[in-house]
Amino acid sequence: MKKREPRPYWNPYIVGVGIGLLIILSFLVTGRGLGAIGAFNGFLASTIHAIAPDYASSKPVFSTYLSGVDHPLRDWVLIEIAGVCIGGLLSGIVSRRFRFEVIKGPRISNVSRLIFAFSGGLLMAYAAKFTRGCTSGLALSGGSVLSPGAWLFMISVFIGGYSVAWIMKKAWN
Amino acid sequence: MAPLQFIYEIPEALLLLFALLTGIAFGIFLEKAGFGNARKLVQQFYFTDMAMFKVLFSAIVTAMLGIYWLSYFGVLDITQIYINSSYLWPQMLGGIVFGFGFVLAGLCPGTSCVAVFTGKLDGLAVFAGIFAGLILFAETESGISGFLNISSIGDITLYEILHMNYGVLSFLVAIIAIMAFWFAGRVEERFNKSSSGPAS
Repeated sequence: MKKREPRPYWNPYIVGVGIGLLIILSFLVTGRGLGAIGAFNGFLASTIHAIAPDYASSKPVFSTYLSGVDHPLRDWVLIEIAGVCIGGLLSGIVSRRFRFEVIKGPRISNVSRLIFAFSGGLLMAYAAKFTRGCTSGLALSGGSVLSPGAWLFMISVFIGGYSVAWIMKKAWN
Repeated sequence: MAPLQFIYEIPEALLLLFALLTGIAFGIFLEKAGFGNARKLVQQFYFTDMAMFKVLFSAIVTAMLGIYWLSYFGVLDITQIYINSSYLWPQMLGGIVFGFGFVLAGLCPGTSCVAVFTGKLDGLAVFAGIFAGLILFAETESGISGFLNISSIGDITLYEILHMNYGVLSFLVAIIAIMAFWFAGRVEERFNKSSSGPAS
């Protein structure tokens, strides 16, 4: 069977306006924006709680996600991110971009790429605990309501990214 | 005035359904932008494909102006919405480290979900790294808790700090963003002439 080309990407400005409208809708309904890292934190807290409940309740980074009975939006970000996974899957299938593969530059091995990806995930998660949010929860949502810390975070992410990009050039291009 | 959640007793199931639908739409937008592909996303840092910057800032400007106008016309009560608390040093230094991580991973936590669910195995490695990072934080939190909370200025906004009118600042940010979009387009053109072009 002839392999069919993936569908073209959407114009970034159309996507941006679309995400902006979603953020507005979210503020109108719930009073807050979107998020991402909190879902990982909540998922990990519940998983660790199921395996080692004493450990989970002894660490504030996990216990805050467990004792949140008075926090009605505790599960909100988890369900929202479950939606992102479903939306990504559907769009990936429809756009013919669903494929098991390792995305990397032509000059590095799969193993190196996976080690870099793991290290990057580790640094982002650790940093996101200092910043109280990631690109979705802090930069996008906090930036929209003009939180000074959100704008400082965004500028810092770009400074951090551009300052190491030249070292990583071989890995990507 | 909205947020609706504070006016009406919205059943939790309905709120969670809203969360699911919002997430699905967010996931479709991210996938359609090409952000399940780490190599496309990371081109931002090589000036060959500025889609990340364009999406991020057009989303912020749209939401910022929408929230401003909704509050101006009395639809949305700005005092009831969540303003992310600012912790200047942790957010600045954390942001720089987050940027390092972004270039290594090529994905952020949100886009890594799209990568994983479109079959990208490097996304799975980012997932594993995120969980490892959170556990590392749990193990080191007691030693660094002093730094975590320094330079906290609460949930104040930029226009309050700068003693500016909310509408004027929103307008200025929108103007700066439009100039930045124009500049981003020029930069892309220039860097695509001198290199092999953006990733597939």
